[in-house]
Amino acid sequence: MQTTAVNGANYLTYQGKYKGLLGWILSTDHKRIGLLYLYSIATMFTTGVLLGLAMKFELLAPGKTIMEAQTYNSVFTVHGVIMIFMVVVPGLPAVFGNLMLPIMIGARDVAFPKLNLLSWWLYVAGVFLVLAALLFGKGSPDTGWTFYAPYSFKTGTNMLPAIFGAFVLGFSSILTGLNFLVTIHRLRCKGMKWMKLPLFVWTLYGTAWIQLLATPVVGITLVLVALERVFGVGIFDPALGGDPILYQHLFWIYSHPAVYIMILPAMGAISEIIPTFAQKHIFGYKALIASTMAIAFVGYLVWGHHMFTAGMSGTAQYYFSLLTFIVAIPSAIKVFNWISTLYKGSINVQTPFYWAVSFIFVFMIGGLSGLVLGALATDVHVHDTAFVVAHFHYIVFGGTGFAFFAAIHYWFPKIFGRMYDKAWANTGWLVFFVGFLALYTPMFYLGMMGMPRRYYDYLEEFHGGNILSTFGSWVLVTGFIIIVVNLVRSARKGAPAEANPWHGRTLEWTVPSPPPVLNFDEEPVLGEKDGPYNYE
Amino acid sequence: MSGEKHHIVPYRLYFVVLIALLALTFASVWITSIELRDYTVAAALLFAIVKSYLVLNYFMHLKYDKPYIKIMVGFVFAIFLVMIVITFLDYLYR
Repeated sequence: MQTTAVNGANYLTYQGKYKGLLGWILSTDHKRIGLLYLYSIATMFTTGVLLGLAMKFELLAPGKTIMEAQTYNSVFTVHGVIMIFMVVVPGLPAVFGNLMLPIMIGARDVAFPKLNLLSWWLYVAGVFLVLAALLFGKGSPDTGWTFYAPYSFKTGTNMLPAIFGAFVLGFSSILTGLNFLVTIHRLRCKGMKWMKLPLFVWTLYGTAWIQLLATPVVGITLVLVALERVFGVGIFDPALGGDPILYQHLFWIYSHPAVYIMILPAMGAISEIIPTFAQKHIFGYKALIASTMAIAFVGYLVWGHHMFTAGMSGTAQYYFSLLTFIVAIPSAIKVFNWISTLYKGSINVQTPFYWAVSFIFVFMIGGLSGLVLGALATDVHVHDTAFVVAHFHYIVFGGTGFAFFAAIHYWFPKIFGRMYDKAWANTGWLVFFVGFLALYTPMFYLGMMGMPRRYYDYLEEFHGGNILSTFGSWVLVTGFIIIVVNLVRSARKGAPAEANPWHGRTLEWTVPSPPPVLNFDEEPVLGEKDGPYNYE
Repeated sequence: MSGEKHHIVPYRLYFVVLIALLALTFASVWITSIELRDYTVAAALLFAIVKSYLVLNYFMHLKYDKPYIKIMVGFVFAIFLVMIVITFLDYLYR
């Protein structure tokens, strides 16, 4: 089932109706749109990293170091808005979903290519709206990325463009989810039955449902905040008979499932990488599918664990705590299956593999620390402390971020048709990993000792931990620079890559690197014995 | 996709559904003139549910779709219902 590039042109060099830049920004080719997302998201990630670096500089010593308190409030808000709405939520689905999903199911494109391009344009529009909120008007938003009421409609900062920007970004996410759902249902090639789908596709499927069902809730919520600011309608404002906790319910009804939008495709990418580099059938294929759908479903029902100290009823607290512990089970099943896949595998240690195993390591620490926050008694102690920041970054940055780097190193030769410098890639991973541990691990300790988050100042007793954390941020950024320089350079000047350098078994490895414009010369047909992880 | 049969719905049925929707809209306005106290919102939601049912089934052709599409839509409404119930675990016991 090997496809050759008989038509000559690949998607990178193809010249269609439009030339040059227009040939990219008006292209409906899923692979080009995937790359547009990659470049956009990489730009925003770099911006977010710089803001994070600025925060760590500020926390290097107690008192004012490089910025005022109000500036710090704006910086952590903008860091959060950029990283959540522009990087990790679209992250893996928009980049690798677009680049790989149609090829992995044997299709020539997504079901609605024009809608796909519209999704990217909406993403760009959302980005510019949020950036406008930063640069113009009455000062950058300072509410935190959660836009909590009542402060979000009381603050004099530039909230409306930021809210509208997040709303537009939500639309982009919904359209991508809809597109992927229809694509997976309708465009699978012959023989590609549901139980033959690669696990990355399954996780995109679960994610698409969340994108489609949960995102409108936050869209409406943000519209209500805007109405509250402009007309004072009294939905969330207690002075007008409203309920600020209702805002938190509505916000987290989206934003907790959004965590699974971030992490499910990350888990999918890891589920592709582990069997490829173990050269072994994945352990518990059906259990991994079931756990994906269980996470997607139960993930809808646990949002209240963000609100344990907000004044919610005791009954609701018990309920949310119980379900939070239940949602940990499918995640643990995945970790168990990945490790079991490695057992007695013919392990080929390469850069994507390093990222994948370090993902498992940090994800486990992040997940287990989440149980501390899911238990009512311990949550009261560490709520709104640096512990939460550490947990969150271990899950979202250590989870989604590491999986993103794993995925880019895994699919890079397929996407660009060139191989990166492996020695520099491994060095980048090591420096990044050490920096990550040094940056976030002290925050667990600082939080348990009572250091609150979102303050530009702290007590002298927290100084040591903060020095280590800031030092870690410098190491992490050094690793990030090594990785980016290596990948950018290799995309242009790397050695030509084989069609299947890792000996993978999913369909994307049967097409040339980089793939032809229409992916396949002929629609592939899967036989009874074909499957995504048949290594035996 | 194009090889599948599409159910052709007669215009008369669309018209009947349209009349029903308009009648239900007037009814949902009219019901507010009756003092139902706590049940006012419930009454409005009841009319909205019936109207949604008609739109989904006839205008969006759910009635003529495959069972798995119906299951998916049903699943969405089930999720929505569960969210409402869970939210009220807070409001009713606060």
